[in-house]
Amino acid sequence: MSMLKVEDLCIKVHDKKTTDTLVYDVDLEMEKGDILGIVGESGSGKTMTALAIAGLLSRHDMEKSGHITFEGINLLEVERKVLRKIQGNEISMVFQEPLNSLNPLKKVGWQVEESLRVHTVMDKAEMKERAIQALRDVELDNPEAVYNSYPHELSGGMRQRAMIAAAMIIQPRLLIADEPTTALDVTIQAEIVELLKRINKERGTAILFISHDLSLVNSLCERVLVMQNGLVVESGNCEEIFKNPKQEYTKKLINAIPKNPFFKEA
Amino acid sequence: MDNSKNKKIKFIVGLTLVGIIFLMMIAGIFCTPYDPLAMDMSAKFAGVSFKHIMGCDNFGRDIFSRVLVGVRETMFVSATVVFIGTFVGIIIGTVTGYFGGWVDEILMRINDAVLAFPSVLLALLVIGVLGGGTHSLIIALGIAFVPSFARIVRGEVLRIRNLDYIQCVRLYGASHLRIIVVHILPNLRTVLLSSVLIGFNNAVLAEAGMNYLGMGTQPPNPSLGLMLSEAQSVIFTNPWNAIFPGLVIVMMILGFSLLSDALEKKS
Amino acid sequence: MKYVLKKIGTLILTLLAVSALVFFAFSFIPASPALSKLGTEATAEKIAELNHQMGLDRPVLVRFGEWVAGIVHGDFGISYSYNTPVTQLLSEKIAVTMLLSVMAILITVILSFPLGIYVARKSDSKLDVFFTTVNQMIMSIPSFFSGILITLIFGLILHVFTPGAYVSYKRDFFKCMAYLIFPAFSIALPKISMVVKLLKDTALKEADKDYVRTAYSRGNRTKAVFYKHVLKNAIIPVITFLGMTFADIIAGSIIVEQVFGVPGLGRILLTSISGRDYPVVEAIILLLATAVVVSNLIVDLLYKKFDPRIHV
Repeated sequence: MSMLKVEDLCIKVHDKKTTDTLVYDVDLEMEKGDILGIVGESGSGKTMTALAIAGLLSRHDMEKSGHITFEGINLLEVERKVLRKIQGNEISMVFQEPLNSLNPLKKVGWQVEESLRVHTVMDKAEMKERAIQALRDVELDNPEAVYNSYPHELSGGMRQRAMIAAAMIIQPRLLIADEPTTALDVTIQAEIVELLKRINKERGTAILFISHDLSLVNSLCERVLVMQNGLVVESGNCEEIFKNPKQEYTKKLINAIPKNPFFKEA
Repeated sequence: MDNSKNKKIKFIVGLTLVGIIFLMMIAGIFCTPYDPLAMDMSAKFAGVSFKHIMGCDNFGRDIFSRVLVGVRETMFVSATVVFIGTFVGIIIGTVTGYFGGWVDEILMRINDAVLAFPSVLLALLVIGVLGGGTHSLIIALGIAFVPSFARIVRGEVLRIRNLDYIQCVRLYGASHLRIIVVHILPNLRTVLLSSVLIGFNNAVLAEAGMNYLGMGTQPPNPSLGLMLSEAQSVIFTNPWNAIFPGLVIVMMILGFSLLSDALEKKS
Repeated sequence: MKYVLKKIGTLILTLLAVSALVFFAFSFIPASPALSKLGTEATAEKIAELNHQMGLDRPVLVRFGEWVAGIVHGDFGISYSYNTPVTQLLSEKIAVTMLLSVMAILITVILSFPLGIYVARKSDSKLDVFFTTVNQMIMSIPSFFSGILITLIFGLILHVFTPGAYVSYKRDFFKCMAYLIFPAFSIALPKISMVVKLLKDTALKEADKDYVRTAYSRGNRTKAVFYKHVLKNAIIPVITFLGMTFADIIAGSIIVEQVFGVPGLGRILLTSISGRDYPVVEAIILLLATAVVVSNLIVDLLYKKFDPRIHV
């Protein structure tokens, strides 16, 4: 049995009279330690798919159907109580805008510790030790100082590292990274991708990496899904798709990659 | 969720209330059932009846007629006050926001000092200087309302002035006057619409409050605030004397605040 | 610390501007206080004599300087109509008005925060329309009218208190508070509903933000997300609002004092305005402006404590 299996996932939004289908019949499968990429333009449904897996689509006007099976539990039908035990514990998520995704009024350390506070019983000193270790693990230079600062006092790259530290502090099985590098400079993008690679290798955490940038996906992932208008149009081995795209859309995405000195093309 | 539906209801209820207020105002201008000043001792403290739908006061004057004239007064004073506030506020706000420099520095310091006063207190100060009466009340509240408008306009002008397209127009050699009149002033519309409605509400509140203190309309002329304070001594025996004018004030404020809520743009 | 000093500096400058404004406004008025004091007995000679006696024939700037110097020493001059020092005349009345205003703001905070939180948490339910409607109506009742209604209902029908039977705080502090709670409540009433509305609106706005999604992604309960994340962010605009409201509450207390017969600054301000007793008017306005400016300073400092993004 695979760790994560998504079958026939459909997400519909009811807006007054019209119904929009945002995600249509998506299937995907991930094993422990996999890195899977999802690429597509904005509006292709890749973020919706990710949020659905993370259990964060709970708006009343949304209708979800299909199956999302994580370790044998169907996340779409399970009680919120059970879902909460998985969120932040087994599945964590890193978002696109690190500044907006951090609470502006809480210290970074407090936010990094949050998953521990929710899911474990631990005293303050131990929690702080773990948080500082987590911050060190994401290669932040001065973890003590970062622990005691507010989000607005950090640079974009540091914030995203702190977000990754917060997501990784409790050793989840699956890390969902939704466009984690889009809001960052090109040099920092490469660093974050390297960091994710290392996390995957050292700890065996599976990573679902979502991006509109095929070159980033190519440098990180083994397998990729290409999405367009809510549909998976192509999927398979990353290198193969890159070399030999079947779909017109995939070709366009490949051609859209700027010649980037930081990534060696396959 | 059903935000638009909520706004629609607010708009309809607000418009209805404001519509009733306007009808009362028109009646107050052209025809009231009785002479609002005519005393009829036989009708002293007359209760609510078909003849006097809101009863009569301690001099036997018809309260409904007095309320109608009071609504007219309040509307007239508030509208004038908001007009003065907006007009002077636009001038000060535009000049300071657009040109900046020491004029801005000095005027905004004074503005801040004036803003430190609650508007009722500032109006009391002006009335202390000018003496009471409706004209003084209008001037007093007008002055009290200038600073908030000036500040809003200045902020907006500052924002617009630094937009790229204004820089562009300036490059083409447009004069300051042209930039202000053609490119900046029309853009103040949205900000002004909501602040005028809110300002009007505050003006109604301030007018009624000042009249309640006896600083505006002089007896025997009626005004809503004055009627409240006159009725206060007979509140136990004749509560309706205070309740009707009070309810009309509530209706005015509720109507205009619902309208301004409904017209407010989603930010 | 530097921030506090700078704020205090602007505070003093603002107060100086206010006092100049007040003083010069009254030195330009057409009717002289000597004339109104003498009334029908006024002759040109007598007016000149009285003007000289009151020191009104000297240059304005000299009088302003003396006035400010006096205030620094706690001396606001002598009342024209009572012939007693203004400081002595006002000292007890200031305490009453401040007591009333502080009570009103405390009532506002104590009642509006729990109510606002409750309404915000219930904003999904059917009760929302009911709360919004009631709130909007309460917001539209001016405090002097709600004061009259409270007098009628609690004073005359339910006999919870006796309207007009104010007890000085010097004689019995608790009886005084028990009386003041009614006017304070009528001042607070519209403010409470404004805070409830603001708190609900900002909480809903905050709930849509990205960091809330992050909080959910870590497995927090809805309740924990609200209290640990949303609430603190939603309170910041409310603090700004409360700061601006303090001025309104002071002005409101001047009016509501008339409804309940509370002998605060309100009544003496009104009689002094009609009696053209300028030293008293000037002193009251300056004192109230000081209260407003100082409360703004406190809010600024509070704000800094709440929001780490505000830089020194």
